[in-house]
Amino acid sequence: MPDGSITATTNPRDASIKALSVEGVSHAYGQRKALNDVSFHVPQGSFTALLGPNGAGKSTLFSLITRLFNVRHGTIRILGHDLTREPGEALRRLGVVFQARTLDLDLSISQNLVYHAALHGISRKPAKARIAEILASSELSNRLREKARNLSGGQLRSIEIVRAFMHRPRLILLDEPTVGLDIRSRAAILSEVRRLVREEGVSVLWATHLIDEIGDSDRVVVLHHGQVLAEGFVPEIVATEGAKTIGDAFTRLTGIRTRPPGPQEAAA
Amino acid sequence: MSDATIPHAPPLSTRKGFPLSAYLICAGGIIWREALRFLHQRQRFVSAMVRPLLWLFIFAAGFRQVLGVSIIPPYETYVLYEVYIAPGLVGMILLFNGMQSSLSMVYDRETGTMKTLLVSPLPRWFLLVSKLFAGVAVGILQVYVFFAIAWFWEVQPDWIGYLYALPAIMLAGLMLGALGMLLSSLIQQLENFAGVMNFVIFPMYFASSALYPLWRVRESSPLLYQICVFNPFTHAVELIRFALYQQFNLDAFVIVVGCTAVFLGGAIIAYDPARGLISRKRQ
Repeated sequence: MPDGSITATTNPRDASIKALSVEGVSHAYGQRKALNDVSFHVPQGSFTALLGPNGAGKSTLFSLITRLFNVRHGTIRILGHDLTREPGEALRRLGVVFQARTLDLDLSISQNLVYHAALHGISRKPAKARIAEILASSELSNRLREKARNLSGGQLRSIEIVRAFMHRPRLILLDEPTVGLDIRSRAAILSEVRRLVREEGVSVLWATHLIDEIGDSDRVVVLHHGQVLAEGFVPEIVATEGAKTIGDAFTRLTGIRTRPPGPQEAAA
Repeated sequence: MSDATIPHAPPLSTRKGFPLSAYLICAGGIIWREALRFLHQRQRFVSAMVRPLLWLFIFAAGFRQVLGVSIIPPYETYVLYEVYIAPGLVGMILLFNGMQSSLSMVYDRETGTMKTLLVSPLPRWFLLVSKLFAGVAVGILQVYVFFAIAWFWEVQPDWIGYLYALPAIMLAGLMLGALGMLLSSLIQQLENFAGVMNFVIFPMYFASSALYPLWRVRESSPLLYQICVFNPFTHAVELIRFALYQQFNLDAFVIVVGCTAVFLGGAIIAYDPARGLISRKRQ
């Protein structure tokens, strides 16, 4: 790699290796258990939804997978690399969109993306080429010099998703990426991420509490009170629970009634 | 995504680990971002300059007669009080800059931008050291701007002294930056940062040799003298003072290096998810 960029080393075609494997993971804040013996996996090239209400433990799980928190109990592997033993090898294969905005608002869009690339060992020239490649068909390509604070919430989120793809990861984590976006932006982001899974073989773990973001053929992991209540493809979970829809199945599993988001909620 | 269609080619390299160039690019990126933030915050630069210059122009002029300085190493003759406190003011710049970097880390943690840094695949210790060097680079820039202005105020060591002082200034900056980094790991909210001013910056600055020679302090209060000797900031100032006059203060060097290692080690442990305090706090 003459430019010094870091790229992943696992053969992405080896399907026996899970994109993400979480085994027996527990985490507590003091006496309060946030995750209790959580196990599930994300197959390569799949769109897996991590479905759970607020407070289910999704963000804690993401903090563990991204190594912001240490895995004290259990094992997490990314493309076969143990996060505790080989954190560098694991994290280089991972792209993340956090729930909270993490762009530096005082820097321009371009500066934010180049900075992120540098953190992954990608120098300025290939980083700029990658930005041009990613944003080629986007109206945001004309706004690269603008400060991030001038963008709307949806545009900021779009840039964060672009940023997550800058270093060509094989697994993308998105922690409730559509929170705060309008219906059109939500649908567009979801559609684009699904396209990447379909066409490029990227694996995605999409955390959400919105049932309508889950497709009929998606894999779903239902997390509630820090425990995995169900894992499998939507038809399997629906059949197992004797439900008609994934929403019904979710209600049966958690006792929480679901409803499609109203206009105000979607716009919030 | 409404705006972008993301092309995604799978990486095919079979190389494990990170080439040296990746480390250099990463460190360069962190320093570049810190410099950009500094340049965007012009008020920060102005206030960083105004503070020591006020001390130099007003305090030093006012106390020139009261606080006359005898001939003590590294000076070979009587010096103006302005000349005496110049290294202390350099230390002040580095101290405030170190704490400012710490403040910026707390801010980054609150706004979430710290997460971007911490999920980099490069080792966490390397990211923190790079962040530390980024802060020091900004501090050094401020110090030499201060020297340039102070030159017109009769603070005029030999020009080679400015060169000799550079490693000392860098080392002192690393020590104070590492202390700030360690403090930032302990501060959960931005609001708590005011405590750092009261309990770290002011005591460190005033209980040191920055403003008065230690022999004068000992005459008036042996206890305060002991505190000043114990204070690592005293040794950072003395290291700079001696270097500025092309002399090497071994005691100060050893103490500053030792304190840098302790503070930086503590910060790395505090930010290490395996051992640190960060994961025990609810984010």
